[in-house]
Order: sequence, then C-alpha cells, then structure tokens
Amino acid sequence: MITTTDLTKVYRSRGREVTALDGVDLHVREGEVYGVVGQSGAGKSTLIRCVNLLERPTSGTIAVAGQDLTALAGRGPRAGSALRQARSRIGMVFQHFNLLSSRTVRDNVELPLEILGVSGRERTRKALELLELVGLGDKAKAYPAQLSGGQKQRVGIARALAGDPKVLLSDEATSALDPETTRSILQLLRDLNRQLGLTVLLITHEMDVVKTICDSAALMRGGRIVESGRVTDLLATPGSELAHELFPVGGEPSAADRTVVDVTFQGEAATKPVISQLSRTYNIDISILGAAMDTVGGNQVGRMRIELPGRFEENVVPIGFLREQGLQVDVAAIADGPRAAAPTTQLLKEGAK
Amino acid sequence: MTWSEMEPLLEQACWDTLYMVGWSGLIAVVGGLPLGVLLVLTDRGGVLQNVVVNKVLGQIVNVARSMPFIILLAALIPFTRLVVGTTIGPEAAVVPLAIGAIPFFARLVETSVREVDGGLVEAVQSMGGSTWTVVRKVLLPEALPSLISSATTTVVALLGYSAMAGTVGAGGLGDLAIRYGYQRFETDLMWITVAILAVAISVIQFVGDFAARSLAHRGRSSSVPRLVLLRPARSAPSAPAAAGTAAATGEPAGAEPADTEPAKVP
Repeated sequence: MITTTDLTKVYRSRGREVTALDGVDLHVREGEVYGVVGQSGAGKSTLIRCVNLLERPTSGTIAVAGQDLTALAGRGPRAGSALRQARSRIGMVFQHFNLLSSRTVRDNVELPLEILGVSGRERTRKALELLELVGLGDKAKAYPAQLSGGQKQRVGIARALAGDPKVLLSDEATSALDPETTRSILQLLRDLNRQLGLTVLLITHEMDVVKTICDSAALMRGGRIVESGRVTDLLATPGSELAHELFPVGGEPSAADRTVVDVTFQGEAATKPVISQLSRTYNIDISILGAAMDTVGGNQVGRMRIELPGRFEENVVPIGFLREQGLQVDVAAIADGPRAAAPTTQLLKEGAK
Repeated sequence: MTWSEMEPLLEQACWDTLYMVGWSGLIAVVGGLPLGVLLVLTDRGGVLQNVVVNKVLGQIVNVARSMPFIILLAALIPFTRLVVGTTIGPEAAVVPLAIGAIPFFARLVETSVREVDGGLVEAVQSMGGSTWTVVRKVLLPEALPSLISSATTTVVALLGYSAMAGTVGAGGLGDLAIRYGYQRFETDLMWITVAILAVAISVIQFVGDFAARSLAHRGRSSSVPRLVLLRPARSAPSAPAAAGTAAATGEPAGAEPADTEPAKVP
C-alpha cells in the first residue's frame, strides 16, 4: 500500500549537510498497522512527512496505493493539483492535533470536504457521521479549546477520515496524551483499521504503541531502517533489537560462572511449563532475572531472562532442550561473546548519558 | 468665538475627518492585507518561498514607512492629481493617507499572520489544500482577532496623520485645532476639537478591542465577552478597608490574603 524506495533526504543549511533519511526502503501492506519507532532525530518524522510529500525527498520514490507520488510532485516547492488530489486521499493526524481554533468541531471536520468541493448539506451529514464514529457526536458545536487532548485527537482523526482515505498517517498521534487516553486513541485506530480496512502508518517513540496495535514495525536509527518486519516474526528473530526494546528484560548474572539466557515464548509454547520441566529433567537450579508478558496482535508473548549455573559450555544440553520445545533462545551474557554485544553496549550507552 | 460660530466649523471638520479616515482606512486594509500576507508567504520557509520577492517587498515597505508623512503628502502631489484630479481638499488627502497607511498596516498584518501555527498550514496542505485555501481557510480566519486589532491601530494612526492633511487644505478636526485654535488663539475651540478627537479614538479603540476579544474567545469558558469596567471587589464586607484590618479579622477573602501575615499587624 505504501512503498518507499531508496528514500533519501538531505537538509542543507549554511553549507552544512544533515542526512535525515539515508536510503529508506519501507513496505507497508494493505490493511495493516505499521509502526516506525526510533529515538528523536532518527528520521521518523521526516519519513512520514515524505509519504505525503509535505517534505520533498532528495531522491528516491514513494508510491501510495500504486500511485507514484514523487512523479506527481513536479518541480519547485509548490504542490500541483495532481499531488493535492493524491494527498486528499491520504489522511494525516498530528501530535498537536492542528485543529483550527476559529472553527467548531464540526466545521473542522468539514474542512477537508470543503477542499474537495463537497456540497454544504453533504458535508454536514458526513461530518456528523464521522464525529459519531469517533464517539464525539455530542461535541459538534463545541470549539477545540473546550475539548480535552483525547477529544481533540478524536476530532483530528475524524477530520483525517473525511476524504475517505485508504491510508492514514499518524505523526506521533498519542505522544501528547496521557497513558489512559493513549490507550483509547490506539483502540480507536485499531477499530478503524479493522472496520474500514484502513492502512495505518504511524510513527512513535513509545514501544507500548507498537505492542498494542502494530502488525508490523520498523526500527529507525540515524536515518536508516535497521530492522523491520511483522512484530510476531521479529519476536522470533534471534538477537532482534526491536524484540529486546518491546520486551526489555534486565538483570545481571549473580556470579561470573553463570550462563544468562533470554527465552522468548510465543503462541503454543507460551502455555507450556517449560522452565519447571527443564529444572526437573536436568536437575539444575534456575533463577529468573527478569520477565515480561504481553499480548501482541492477539498473541500471548513473553520474554524471560533466566540464569543457569555453570558456564555456557556446561549448559549446551539444557539450552538445546529449550530450543526443542519451540522456544527462541538467545544466550545473552557470555563474557566477550559476540551475541552479548548488542544489549550490553546499549546499556553502557545509557549509563554514559 | 461663540458656540453658534463654532458649530458649523466643527460639523464640517468632523465630516472631513470621517471622510479622510474612512476612505484611507478602507484602502489601507484592502491594500495592506494582501501585501502583509504576501510578505509571510514569500518568506523563508513560507508556502510560496521566494527570497527575491520577499526582499523587494520588504524594502518597499521599509522605504514607504521611513518617509515622514508631511513629506509623503508633498511628494505624492503629482500622483494625487493623477488619481483624483485635484491636489487640495479631503479627496486629495485620502491618497497620501492611504499610501502611507498601506505599508504600516501590511507590517502589522505580517506579524499577525506569522503568529498562526505552522502546523495548521501543514494540516491543510496534507488534506490537499492549495496556497489560496491555506490563506483563506487558515491564515486569515485564525489571525482574525489580531488583524482586527491591527486595523484598529491603523485607523487610530490615520486619525493622527489626518491632522497634517490641513497642509493641502483638506480640513478636518486636526486642521481646525491648528488653524483656529492654535494660530488664532481660539483656545476653547482647540480644546473642543481635542476632546472630540480623544472621544473618537476611545470609541474606535473600544470597538476594535471588543470585536477582537469576542472573536479571540471563541470556545473559551465564556464565549460571550463580558464588559468589565470595574473589577468587582471579591471581599464584600471589608473591601475598602486596609489590608491590615482584613488580616486582623482573619478574613480569608481579602484582596491579597497570601501576603497579609498576622505578624505584621501591630
């Protein structure tokens, strides 16, 4: 539904060049919720603003619903009518809502319809219908200043849906909201995704958002996508950074000659009492250093960091047993082991800050 | 000078002033609004970014604004003759007044429009809105309260400038005050015209503020602006009394209850 190919964006100011996007290939399937995560400055915002060409990429192409937007862009910063028409079929919601304070809620939702040239009565009907859909049917006559943050974002979503888009872009839509409101807005996005078959591309810095509603996710760093795929697949990928970010399991080994193992449970395997089986079968003591359980896309998923006595060489057989049970096992903290590098360096970096 | 002598003079002056300020104000708004909007649009990062156009417009505005009005009045005489066919009278004064006020109002418009959140512009662009849509649906409506304040300021300034229009025989209140009141020592007449001008300015300012505020408060807790002339005293019983007595009686509803400590009371 959304495909970007080798997307590059370089900002030039006073002779300095800043590369915000560095060859980004993104592929969002129809009907899925796709989350792009990353720290601020990673290029997420530039990426989503490139998708409807609010930001012109330096090179690369963007196709939305099979239409090459970069070909419509033309020269110069002004948007031609072809691009404007294409944009009207892409909804966008913003972190700070961006509602017109001079208009009522209903008139805000009518704005995109005015731009599309829909007649007055039809606009009103559609706006009220959309407000009903987002649960604000009774606020049509209110002004944005009278609404709470969550309500404002609902208006923003209703407005984004006014042009019957197939694609919704969400630029940190929940980042200015409290956790409770965030959940309800995410639920709304999820419902819209299911009911209307809406493809949603969202960017966020909150891992919870990905956990709650995303089918697929990508991790951005330094203008590049370092990891991407379906969330369930990522969790099953050994050494996945996203999996680690989604389910951070901490805990340091209690002594030098211990083997620390990260175990990921998914689906069927999550229901089996593997740890106690392991303990009984090999007669070893297992301590749990950290664990996290959650539902991702309707699947029970868990990660656990456990500690086995003895060095890695002595634990090859028990680890093999865990793998046989259909679990994903990452050996985390062997001294100077290559696999340990990713999480450990990350910890060190945070410590340095 | 008796009142019966003054009255026709004052009446004529009032009409002349109204004529000059009215027309030049209207022309200033009509001309200054697009100019001010264009200054924002063509600026760096604007929707129609064009550095050359922006710099040229900016310079024209600066030069026009740096010109003292009395000089503008004289310098524009050929142009005035071309436009209205005469160089004297209130009709002739409207031209330099309007030309002087356009850049003045344009700068105020520029400031007002610049205040509009760029996110709103982006939102409308993301809906497929054109530049014209952005101006019409976002920039002007969102800046409206501020634009009304700017127009008020411009009209008040024009009222002041119109006093100088007497040099081209345009008449008006300011001219009356100078020629009769000051130069012919008709002090009474001078004070009356000054009073009329003061009242006129107060009324314009009040109406402008009222309109701006009632629009700016859309959707705030009270949608209808209240006319608060005097702040109502919060503590009814001991309002005019000294803070000390309020503290001594332990009245919690004093004007500044936090500041009055019992220790200060003798």
